[in-house]
Amino acid sequence: MAFKRQIDRLPIIPADARKQTAVCHFCIVGCGYHAYSWDINKQGGTAPDQNVFGVDLAEQQGAETEAWYSPSMYNIVKQDGRDVHLVIKPDPGCVVNSGLGSVRGARMAELSYSEARSTQQQRLTAPLVWRYGSMMPTSWDDALDLVARVTAAVVEEQGEDGVIVSAFDHGGAGGGYENTWGTGKLYFGAMKVENIRIHNRPAYNSEVHGTRDMGVGELNNCYEDAELADTIMAVGTNALETQTNYFLNHWVPNLRGASLAKKQAELPDEAHSAGRIIIVDPRRTLTVNACEVEAGKDNVLHLAIKSGTDLALFNALFTYIADQDWVDRDFIEASTLRDGASRPPLYPARGVSEATPGHLTSFEAAVEGCRISLEEAAEITGLDPADIVKAAEWIAMPKEGGARRRTMFGYEKGLIWGNDNYRTNGALVNLALATGNVGRPGGGVVRLGGHQEGYVRPNESHVGRPAAYVDQLLIGGRGGVHHIWGCDHYKTTLNAQEFKRVYKRRTDMVKDAMNAVPAGDRDAQVAAIVNAIRQGGLFAVDVDIVPTKIGEACHVVLPAATSGEMNLTSMNGERRMRITERYMDPPGEALPDCLIAARLANHMERVLREAGNDAYADQFQGFDWQTEEDAFIDGYQANAHGGEHVTYARLRAMGTNGFQEPATGVEGDVIQGTKRLYTEGVFSTDDGKARFMDAPWRGLEAPGKVEQQANHRFLINNGRANVVWQSAYLDQANDFVMDRWPYPYIEMHPDDMADLGLGEGDLVEVYNDVGYTQAMALPTATARPGETFMLFAFPTGVQGNVVNAGTNELVIPNYKQTWADIRKLSDAPRAVAHLSFKSREYSTG
Amino acid sequence: MKRCKALVDVGRRQFLRGSATSAAGAAAAAFVAQPARRAQAAARVDYPSARLANIADLVVDEPFNIAYPDEGSPGVLLKFGHAVTGGVGPDGDIVGFSTLCPHKGFPLLFSAEDRVFNCPGHYSRFDPEKGGLQIWGQSTQNLPQFVLTVDDAGDIHAQGVDELIYGRLSNVLA
Repeated sequence: MAFKRQIDRLPIIPADARKQTAVCHFCIVGCGYHAYSWDINKQGGTAPDQNVFGVDLAEQQGAETEAWYSPSMYNIVKQDGRDVHLVIKPDPGCVVNSGLGSVRGARMAELSYSEARSTQQQRLTAPLVWRYGSMMPTSWDDALDLVARVTAAVVEEQGEDGVIVSAFDHGGAGGGYENTWGTGKLYFGAMKVENIRIHNRPAYNSEVHGTRDMGVGELNNCYEDAELADTIMAVGTNALETQTNYFLNHWVPNLRGASLAKKQAELPDEAHSAGRIIIVDPRRTLTVNACEVEAGKDNVLHLAIKSGTDLALFNALFTYIADQDWVDRDFIEASTLRDGASRPPLYPARGVSEATPGHLTSFEAAVEGCRISLEEAAEITGLDPADIVKAAEWIAMPKEGGARRRTMFGYEKGLIWGNDNYRTNGALVNLALATGNVGRPGGGVVRLGGHQEGYVRPNESHVGRPAAYVDQLLIGGRGGVHHIWGCDHYKTTLNAQEFKRVYKRRTDMVKDAMNAVPAGDRDAQVAAIVNAIRQGGLFAVDVDIVPTKIGEACHVVLPAATSGEMNLTSMNGERRMRITERYMDPPGEALPDCLIAARLANHMERVLREAGNDAYADQFQGFDWQTEEDAFIDGYQANAHGGEHVTYARLRAMGTNGFQEPATGVEGDVIQGTKRLYTEGVFSTDDGKARFMDAPWRGLEAPGKVEQQANHRFLINNGRANVVWQSAYLDQANDFVMDRWPYPYIEMHPDDMADLGLGEGDLVEVYNDVGYTQAMALPTATARPGETFMLFAFPTGVQGNVVNAGTNELVIPNYKQTWADIRKLSDAPRAVAHLSFKSREYSTG
Repeated sequence: MKRCKALVDVGRRQFLRGSATSAAGAAAAAFVAQPARRAQAAARVDYPSARLANIADLVVDEPFNIAYPDEGSPGVLLKFGHAVTGGVGPDGDIVGFSTLCPHKGFPLLFSAEDRVFNCPGHYSRFDPEKGGLQIWGQSTQNLPQFVLTVDDAGDIHAQGVDELIYGRLSNVLA
């Protein structure tokens, strides 16, 4: 039976309810919401003067009404220690989402910690330490003292190289400017940690070094550009399921022709028509389906390339467009490097240096370097040459009347976690630069994003480039203490099976040592831990909002607050910065990450001073923050570009629309922002000129991929599902989600299933040269035979187990190009008997 | 069924009600509801017991328009010819659902081909053979299903609803 809440009425928001700004803390789109709260003993009424909507709620409300909220938008939470009703509903006045709520964001209230309604009871409420063979609650001071003593001891023996850090660097959720600054100041200010990695990749690097090296920051346009573009080119992104309301509220109006009036008003001197879309993806996604529904099949070009061959396609488009001279000569002349250096000696096998695996050059040199014929590209990509030509025409052929075609290029994990990240990224940016589609309405070459962003930290250049491959350090026995902030590598890293095997062994050594001495004897505990570390053990500290899989291996677990339990600022995919106000208390003793970092710094300073190391202790000063706003002032205001204009008070006043970074000034109390970057044609390089990239195709680039492809039958493509946010860290305790997908699904063509003797819902093992995992077979008629797609980072079957350790030169993982074999584990278990296996594609019959 | 042209034309922010292709029409003539009441103190609302149709009115795979708990809440009865989740009647094959999408209240369209409700607003799909499970979509609820009984005369009655219906904060309006 499908999960039903059996809720048939909800308390009504009274007219005088408290109303605060909230931004969805999940995906990068950052939809605007309002958090309404009111006393537990009160409620509004149906009469217009008794409710916040001012309408008669005794009547049925129409479609898209503001005056309705679903049970998932409601909860009872603590506010300053008192129970209050809470409704978090989408804001019709927010330009990002115009009142739309996705299946993820519209569950924010239900995904909040509630003692009264028993939601998210998994949340961590107290610090925990390994004591007497299990995790036991303790005080903050006790837990932090242990962490500080062990950390100080490791630094004394190994230097700061012994401190290995995994830390989120995103906005939303537990991130935001406050918390990235807090952790950043600890590890890059007080310390100079080099062995640090980010939540979703095994090193401290950019996912998009290519575009940045070319001088083009990756979030350079605005969401309105998707409404103004003649053509949207979407690469490796399933926007309907992963940037839902950006797609629904800004792409779809263009595809429907509903933004024509806006095009004519803003760009009156050229011809306009409804938008067309090119989608580059080996898989027919639900985004393709929706685009066909909206634009008609004639206006949707799905280029279903062979997995990992994007670079050959982009180079063929670049070659063809250049040969047709459909390029923006004036822009190239004025804004890009005109005399490029000659190719480095070992190019294309090697780049300029280890740090720069490409060759940045002029337009002309790049065209010659990237040159590939339509026929050769068709052979590599598996596409029809005519479709490549059609794509080139849609991207760059001048419009009726001769005007330049406006094309927006959006890309995400299919490219970022795909083959030859650096050069593929560069090859796509080549297309945008050549056609003058950066910094102009209807253009942009942008990553579409995962999380929101919230990065401001002290200078990190000491980390170096290529950065350390931290997972390999841990597997190789390096490091003595591991500080983990909001990461769960057990679910989300590559080569996960080997990582877990070694990590468990190393952390178990420390657990065994701790078991051997009394927990109450701190000196003996620290001595035992340090001794175990000398033998190859690892002491692990996990800061998170929920218990994680990697947390099971840790010795100290510290409870963090999340968005809404603290004031938290972030920016979305068009650099739109907003504040989420604190609308509820954190669970138990949980604290914002920035304050956890500050208190840890305080303890480090004390422990070091007690040990007589005053010089090192002094480095841990400057952490006397009492609130997250203190961290914001110390971090964002003092360090972000334009940060001096931004205050909590101004952000509160600017609500869900905020402003677009960077801030350029203040008029009255209104922060002035930046709608698009590079509108003046000056780029982020020393000389202000953008670079093209000479980036020829070189096959599957990451180590081990060619062999894996040759030796295993199925492509194990992987990614996200609409209903699940990220690693399901909150969804794993949400009945609605876990009822829908008890196990990660693997999309398979029905013929492949028949061949393997599989029925719908059967559990299968996915196995290859590096590991094995499980999934639930999901028959998918649109899947290509031999090509599967598995839900990534799900707790009941970790796809990363079968992703090999191969990365590109800059340690960017290559999750997407994974091949494995599949065999049946069991018939469909009882837990999936209630599921529907009908097609997920919208159909009008 | 062709997609409602009006919806394509007016765009997302302007929803035109009463499309010809909607499975959710006006209240069926068979609807005879008792006056709805709302119990102030009860944990759940008291539902009217309403005769919605007779089994003889139903044709396999053809939605039969009804409204429940009152005229403002459109729904359909469906007979599948084989037992389904929550099905009533001698063959366990009759179910009833609200046809307002619980995401944004657009009227759902029934596709007999695969026996699925489709939402023209944002492409959500619900499976009436599986208790209204959202196959895919933006709703944070599965589709509200009506609790049905069938009496000896073959009359189908609704007795309750298992989820909150779109557009009302109480399934039974005060």
